[in-house]
Amino acid sequence: MQNFTPVSALLGGALIGLSAFILLWFNGRIAGISSIMNGLFAASGPNRYWRLAFLLGLMLGAAIWQQFAPAIPTLRPHYPLPLIIVGGFLVGFGTRLGSGCTSGHGICGIALLSPRSIAATLTFMASGIATVYLLRHVLQVSV
Amino acid sequence: MTKIILALIAGTIFGLGLAVSQMVNPNKVLAFLDIAGDWDPSLALVMAGALAVAATGFRWARRHEKPVLGSRFHITLKTALDRPLLAGAALFGVGWGMTGFCPGPAFASMALGNREAIVMVACIYAGFWAAGLLNGKN
Repeated sequence: MQNFTPVSALLGGALIGLSAFILLWFNGRIAGISSIMNGLFAASGPNRYWRLAFLLGLMLGAAIWQQFAPAIPTLRPHYPLPLIIVGGFLVGFGTRLGSGCTSGHGICGIALLSPRSIAATLTFMASGIATVYLLRHVLQVSV
Repeated sequence: MTKIILALIAGTIFGLGLAVSQMVNPNKVLAFLDIAGDWDPSLALVMAGALAVAATGFRWARRHEKPVLGSRFHITLKTALDRPLLAGAALFGVGWGMTGFCPGPAFASMALGNREAIVMVACIYAGFWAAGLLNGKN
């Protein structure tokens, strides 16, 4: 566990929780990124503009932090592209079919004690752990 | 207009949170999912921190009849643990484990000069579209 960063994890997590609170308290909306991303093109008019603003903020916040923080390693030049392509498709397909992702189910839904979100979170955690186990320790793909 | 500004502020705080917690580093996310390797439990604490603040804030917010700027809280009332929910979550987890990206960090990382994230987001949209076809909603 030599890479464990408990303080920045809790602090960053609290900021994410604060963001979810602001969006619900002021706008009455759930900070679920997959549904905000999907709604960017599925919705129209004002329902599109707030989503666009939120997503631009998402990029802005990450970019601001990168200006001040000691560079976080985010780039993986040799990561297999087919994994990104197939995995990205599954993330989109699965989150739309399952009505949410790490933020919508894992944070907002669990914070509302939704049984659907608790079940979804346990499911994607389990399949994520199984996938990494299979890739790294059985198939020994170096990722 | 105020709603749009509030959404921008909320999004910026969310993006800061993802960067501060290093969730924009896909290898750190994969290290959380790799319980048989050099396990990094940080992601669990990101969720714990987020849940503590969100659960407290949500409980307080919902004591009000409606949000400050809106007519109602847009919260789903579904409770059924149906097949689309569980199959969707399972497939999402497979994609998450293959990439180390869930939607938030993927989108935010496009601003960090990460070309992988741009491919990832494009493929996420392809997945949205395919799931919409399946549901007859496109």
